[in-house]
Amino acid sequence: MNQPQTDTAPLMEAKDLIVAYSGQKVLDLPSIQVFQNEVLGIIGPNGSGKTTLLLCLTRLIKPQTGIVSYHGTSILDGKAVLQLHRQIAVVFQESLLLNNSVWDNVVIGLKLRKVKPKEIKARAEKWLERFGIAALVKRQARTLSSGEAKRTSLARAFALQPEVLFLDEPFTALDGPTRQELLEDFKSVLGETRITTVIVTHDRNEALALTDRVGVIIGGNIVQLGTPAEVFSSPANEEIANFIEAGNIVHGVVETQSEGLALVRVGERQIEVCSELPAGSRVILLIPYDDVTINLPPTDTITTSARNRFPGKVVKLFRTGSQVRVTINCGFHLTALITRKSAEEMGLREGMEVVAMVKAVSIHVLARH
Amino acid sequence: MDMIWDGIKQAFLLLIHGDPQVLQIAWLSLLISGSATLISLSIGIPLGAVLGLTRFPGRRFVVSLVNTGMGLPPVVVGLIVSMFLWRNGPLGILHIMYTPYAMVIAQFIIALPIVVGFTMAATQSLDPKLRLQITSLGASRVQLGWILLKEARLPLLAAIMAGFGAIISEVGASMMVGGNIFGQTRVLTTDIVGENSKGEFAYAIALSVILMVLVYAVNFILTMVQQRSKVR
Repeated sequence: MNQPQTDTAPLMEAKDLIVAYSGQKVLDLPSIQVFQNEVLGIIGPNGSGKTTLLLCLTRLIKPQTGIVSYHGTSILDGKAVLQLHRQIAVVFQESLLLNNSVWDNVVIGLKLRKVKPKEIKARAEKWLERFGIAALVKRQARTLSSGEAKRTSLARAFALQPEVLFLDEPFTALDGPTRQELLEDFKSVLGETRITTVIVTHDRNEALALTDRVGVIIGGNIVQLGTPAEVFSSPANEEIANFIEAGNIVHGVVETQSEGLALVRVGERQIEVCSELPAGSRVILLIPYDDVTINLPPTDTITTSARNRFPGKVVKLFRTGSQVRVTINCGFHLTALITRKSAEEMGLREGMEVVAMVKAVSIHVLARH
Repeated sequence: MDMIWDGIKQAFLLLIHGDPQVLQIAWLSLLISGSATLISLSIGIPLGAVLGLTRFPGRRFVVSLVNTGMGLPPVVVGLIVSMFLWRNGPLGILHIMYTPYAMVIAQFIIALPIVVGFTMAATQSLDPKLRLQITSLGASRVQLGWILLKEARLPLLAAIMAGFGAIISEVGASMMVGGNIFGQTRVLTTDIVGENSKGEFAYAIALSVILMVLVYAVNFILTMVQQRSKVR
């Protein structure tokens, strides 16, 4: 991944953006910055304002209030907007190709930007080749499969050599294998070109795989901004945690408190966590899936740093690629993410007795209001 | 029944022998209606695109005017154009009453709302997100409009067919502002009316067949263009 230069002046900046449709605010964002060479992810649930934010940043819509500036200059009039459009590229969820050949579609932006014919040819050929669709140049766009169409729209965007690339859920409409393949290609292209990128997605894995920084947008505002690791392992509140599915979410009450180590009661069980919250506080515990380990009994002989041991029964095994999500009922439901290999070696199956272990320091504690 | 059969036979004979009088009348029909169609396209397409692609106050009023205009009775158009072009009318000074120019003007007025209406429908049927995409590629407003019209080219052919079809077959206005003057303003439709009133049914049927073949030929060519690019 690229190293975003967050200490320098931002390439693009937006302030006090407000967009409302028939009185209903869909975007209300005090500030957002895009830095040179970074891949910024915008994630959030449906209807949270992600796409509206992208349309504002690209000035494809005009916010009711607020200003977007690019290279430190405010974009005010139509001329500046056109200038901005000629330096960026936008890829939408739909491929949005014209009813023409693949070639015509890839070169259209270059023609609009009055690039020299020789240069147009060279760039189009390069990107058609890079996205593996060089053989399709003469095909009519409407005869393409969804994967081929998406590749065409990506080639069209990259051929522009944009200063900033904006993507709105670019892979959402594709089926599983097509999507995975294209995601890999796209990731390596992004690594090579180091184009400053803003990608809107609701897919946690896409965000993890592609971005340097992630902003979580809920209710039209960015509620948390940080590296993917920060956001996914320590979401700022329950709403964010719920959305990004960071881990197990358990409700409880602090029972005792001694020197930063709190004992939280959850049903019949007690969980040790690091927290200064006083006894009686109602809390939400976030236990990341990948911080839960699974052991086979007896565990009395194991010496471990994990302060929490929860015996229970496996209630569900769910395979996702090379990983397995194991849900254990230990008075409350606890899900662990382990490798498929571990699951096989341990012979895990539903109904089996296991012991889940969690270190107190991996549990994120949120006070409940 | 014999009369119809005779008419069809006569039509074939007139066509095969290339009767100069009939050819001249058919050619004038094509020329007048063709010109009127071209003029209505050059004004109606941009107008329809603006109505279809933009929002402005009073747009709905204009759209309902256009929709009404699509069913404008040709005789009413003929009446109004006559009043304007009449010797002591506002445009009487042009001295074009009872000339092909007057017929082109009347037919243009009949075709214009049809072309505008069809263009509006064609541009409105495009994916709204396509506009965002084209704009983001760096298109100015004019370039955007041009690209969208090209994108709507297939439904736009329907505008040409409907506009041309309406005026080549129209008789009321052409009769009123043209006068069915032989060798000058006599076209297929006005001639059919004339022959019918003289009782020359066979000749009228012959002209009708020629008119329908002409309309069919033009529509056939346009349909070929439209469907070929759709299937490929």
